[in-house]
Amino acid sequence: MSDLITMDDLSNDEILEILDSAERLVPVAKGDVYAPLLQGKVLGNLFFENSTRTRMSFESAMKRLGGEVVNLSSVGSSVAKGETLYDTMQMVDGYSDIAVIRHPRQGAAQYSADAIGIPVLNAGDGAGNHPTQTMLDLFTIRESHGTIDGLNVVLVGDLRYGRTTHSLSHALVRFGAKLTLVSPDSLRMPDEIVSDLKSHGSEVVETEDMAGSIAEADVIYMTRIQKERFPDEDEYTKVAGIYKMTADDLAGAKGGMIVMHPLPRVDEIDPSVDSTKHAKYFEQAFNGVPTRMALLCRSLGVEVPKEVGQ
Amino acid sequence: MSEMRRVTAICNGTVVDHIPAGKALQVMQMLRVDIGRSNPISLVMNVPSGKAGRKDVLKIEDRELTQEELDRLALIAPNASVAIIRNYSVAEKRQIELGSELVNIARCSFWNCITQNSREPLPHKLRVISADPLDLRCSYCGRSQSIEELAESIL
Repeated sequence: MSDLITMDDLSNDEILEILDSAERLVPVAKGDVYAPLLQGKVLGNLFFENSTRTRMSFESAMKRLGGEVVNLSSVGSSVAKGETLYDTMQMVDGYSDIAVIRHPRQGAAQYSADAIGIPVLNAGDGAGNHPTQTMLDLFTIRESHGTIDGLNVVLVGDLRYGRTTHSLSHALVRFGAKLTLVSPDSLRMPDEIVSDLKSHGSEVVETEDMAGSIAEADVIYMTRIQKERFPDEDEYTKVAGIYKMTADDLAGAKGGMIVMHPLPRVDEIDPSVDSTKHAKYFEQAFNGVPTRMALLCRSLGVEVPKEVGQ
Repeated sequence: MSEMRRVTAICNGTVVDHIPAGKALQVMQMLRVDIGRSNPISLVMNVPSGKAGRKDVLKIEDRELTQEELDRLALIAPNASVAIIRNYSVAEKRQIELGSELVNIARCSFWNCITQNSREPLPHKLRVISADPLDLRCSYCGRSQSIEELAESIL
């Protein structure tokens, strides 16, 4: 039984083992093979903030593995009546075997894990962390490049509030990545994170120039400028739409370079990129299912067999 | 010992010496001895000190501070020395200790941390990443804490 709150909860070996398990679970995720590894288990899906892919892929992952899902959305529940997170979690502890939580407040996932006994998976806490997204990102990178070691990765957009880039960058430097952080000055990666990244000995470059970072990249990870995280709308207006990638921008890119995005996108990736060999964001979204299957199994102490479905 | 001439010796209580110059008022605030009490308190600021150049000293009469109260000072005066005075003599010397985690000493100062909801019942916890320079992070949200701001968030 184990929580996943930040990428620090996983060693490099554990990350690779989970990616291996996820790979074996792909036929189950596609519905080609039925493997009821989590039959009889109940997942409490707690989304205090909007979600499309994360909530659906967790639900799909649990159901494909024969488990059940109970959902809570904060609208119309006791949360809207002013219940504390602590009290809500006590209820979830009684109703399910594992909890997935997304919450607008940073630290909510760790707080929940401290409040209850069942495993808690962090599906995004404010501008904090999003480690299950990172696992599917790493899965996607390994699927394309055959490795997650020593790659040249460019992260673009909202690096200040973007929890996906916070978790992903922490994981990548542990595998020797060279990171280029592309953002407007007001959306720079927080200093404490940059300092943590550099302490791993990796090369970390900060710039506002996306075009100049494309040629050397193995991975370009685009993110949306998140209007909902800005305390001030004027600040949002100043930087909205600042990065827009088109197919033409990728003319000088390496052949194997992949473009990723946690989605949803607004206008930072033009639809002209979708039909290029570089676009990987829709596969990335599917990869949420096998990866989250592997994470659910790990946290519930269920081993993924070497030959799934045999 | 020049500061001893500035205020008289106390009969019973606590003397906090070698407070960084200018921090004595914050120390009083952190020890919660600044409001709602009637016992005499003497405070000297910016007096010459062999060790640090200048220092502040606080003498709190008729009150022996507990180790738990003193450990709060690790945030702003980790090298202060503390003496418990009984009948004009030093009865005990105490060290301020910075553990690996500060529990219910200060509230995380980040506006969007889950602990900002005052009805949430779990303890406030700050993890000590490094003692020198002091680097504290909220155990829940992970944010680095500004020590100046923390002094305003003492529980």
